[in-house]
Amino acid sequence: MQAMVYRGPYRVRVEEKDRPAIEHPNDAIVRVTRAAICGSDLHLYHGMMPDTRVGMTFGHEFVGVVDEVGSSVQRLKAGDRVMVPFNIFCGTCFFCARGLYSNCHNVNPNATAVGGIYGYSHTSGGYDGGQSEFVRVPFADVGPSPIPDWMDDDDAVLLTDALATGYFGAQLGGIVEGDVVVVFGAGPVGLYAAKSAWLMGAGRVIVIDHLNYRLDKARSFAHAETYNFTEYDDIVVHMKKITEHLGADVAIDAVGAEADGNLLQHVTSAKLKLQGGSPVALNWAIDSVRKGGTVSVMGAYGPMFSAVKFGDAVNKGLTLRMNQCPVKRQWPRLFEHIRNGYLKPSDIVTHRIPLEHIAEGYHIFSAKLDDCIKPLIVPNAA
Amino acid sequence: MAYTPDKPKLAESSDELRARIPGWGADLDPRDRPSVPQEIFDPTFSGAHWEFPERQPERWPREKSIEHKFVTPVFGTSCPPRGLSGAIRRYSYAKYSEGRAAHWLLLLAADRVDVAESVLRSFATLRPDNPFTQTGVRAERSHHGLRSRLGQNRADVVHHPLDPIIVAAPWIAGAGLAYALVRRLVRRKG
Repeated sequence: MQAMVYRGPYRVRVEEKDRPAIEHPNDAIVRVTRAAICGSDLHLYHGMMPDTRVGMTFGHEFVGVVDEVGSSVQRLKAGDRVMVPFNIFCGTCFFCARGLYSNCHNVNPNATAVGGIYGYSHTSGGYDGGQSEFVRVPFADVGPSPIPDWMDDDDAVLLTDALATGYFGAQLGGIVEGDVVVVFGAGPVGLYAAKSAWLMGAGRVIVIDHLNYRLDKARSFAHAETYNFTEYDDIVVHMKKITEHLGADVAIDAVGAEADGNLLQHVTSAKLKLQGGSPVALNWAIDSVRKGGTVSVMGAYGPMFSAVKFGDAVNKGLTLRMNQCPVKRQWPRLFEHIRNGYLKPSDIVTHRIPLEHIAEGYHIFSAKLDDCIKPLIVPNAA
Repeated sequence: MAYTPDKPKLAESSDELRARIPGWGADLDPRDRPSVPQEIFDPTFSGAHWEFPERQPERWPREKSIEHKFVTPVFGTSCPPRGLSGAIRRYSYAKYSEGRAAHWLLLLAADRVDVAESVLRSFATLRPDNPFTQTGVRAERSHHGLRSRLGQNRADVVHHPLDPIIVAAPWIAGAGLAYALVRRLVRRKG
């Protein structure tokens, strides 16, 4: 089968690999019909995530058709159209029993701090991902769900991470009616977080980025008020000015490890790998939110230390909330919102890239060419 | 506005927002939010039909964090450790916890060694690594590389020139090393 393969920082290609095999009785093999490149895949692509091995297939956002099931699988059968959450989880460990599916303790021998994630380095369990024609899906009775008949693959694939994560990020903000919410990052997660903030009753939603085409999307898709931080000497001061010098009630970091806005922070983390991530957006969130406010962190960071302005967070009495999204918990409510016409996930898709052009796909997304917001990957077998 | 007890007034009322924005306030009640609270004890929700899962066979000794009691019952099987990079990785997992910087720095070092090993290994195959095609840089031409950057006031353009250096530097260093070795061998024979 054809699969995307990592060859080193900034280098990927398509290779012929063996079709994955059933390795556990509750495994399924899924034929991928649609995948996506996530912003967090770029951290792997840029060589930032420890234990990213040459030969690994990335991709934690994918949907497909069940091709084969293991002997203990009861809820799926060959031919079912399924969407697969990016979290791999057992369903019964201490954490899963409490709904913390992204923190499962039974799926990642390499680390206790991270759950299992498809195609996201050995730090996240060493599973190959879905930028491929076929993928092994562990715990098939627990993770995947049938795609509703009324939903197409382009919408479904965005529910496997980006939309669910943005929606979850807004929930962690603890938004109450009339809150001022500032979202750092107008990528897919930021756009969905901004849109979700309105669902929760925000009174004002502000989105910050440096890419004008993405800010245009934040206005049209998420009805947000937008600011390009490159146009201001100090975006934190500007946030204070537009909030009567109090700050926003809730700030959401939807950028993560490769944030721009401070060259030193960016280069020491994204280029030199001396930090777990560039915390520019997180520091701006801490400084832009009001005292007693909440910062919700949805951006992905590596496991190493980062230069976070923790003193300001303490002195302001902030609540910092964060986690990888437990995707499957979000689906029933998100299905309702989509059916009601409140959300149309695929409105942010800008590129559909054949699997054999995966190298170009990564470059377009990484370098932000051609007004790229969300690239989907279409395998040959789709 | 002076610093008073009042919350600053919003430009639009809730009714106006509800009229303008599809779905405004649909999740106003926290009970409608699926992750509120984040922890809800319900061991039957997931559909699992086990208390502890059956164990996946270990086809090679699986490296694990020393913070884990045992190898988890299910794990990924991509890219078993091999060569020098594999030895560094196994050492890092066996010796250091996730709380130690040494653990992660060794893994990052192993990643770089892995790349060098893989490039060398690829030269013994019919499909050696090609740093040009693998970077996808051909998309610069087909997807408006210049137009996407020029005059856009993007904050990231300033560090884009570092990317080709990061990709090319190991290849140039490797070629230089190979040249020096060959020259030394030729001189020794001469």
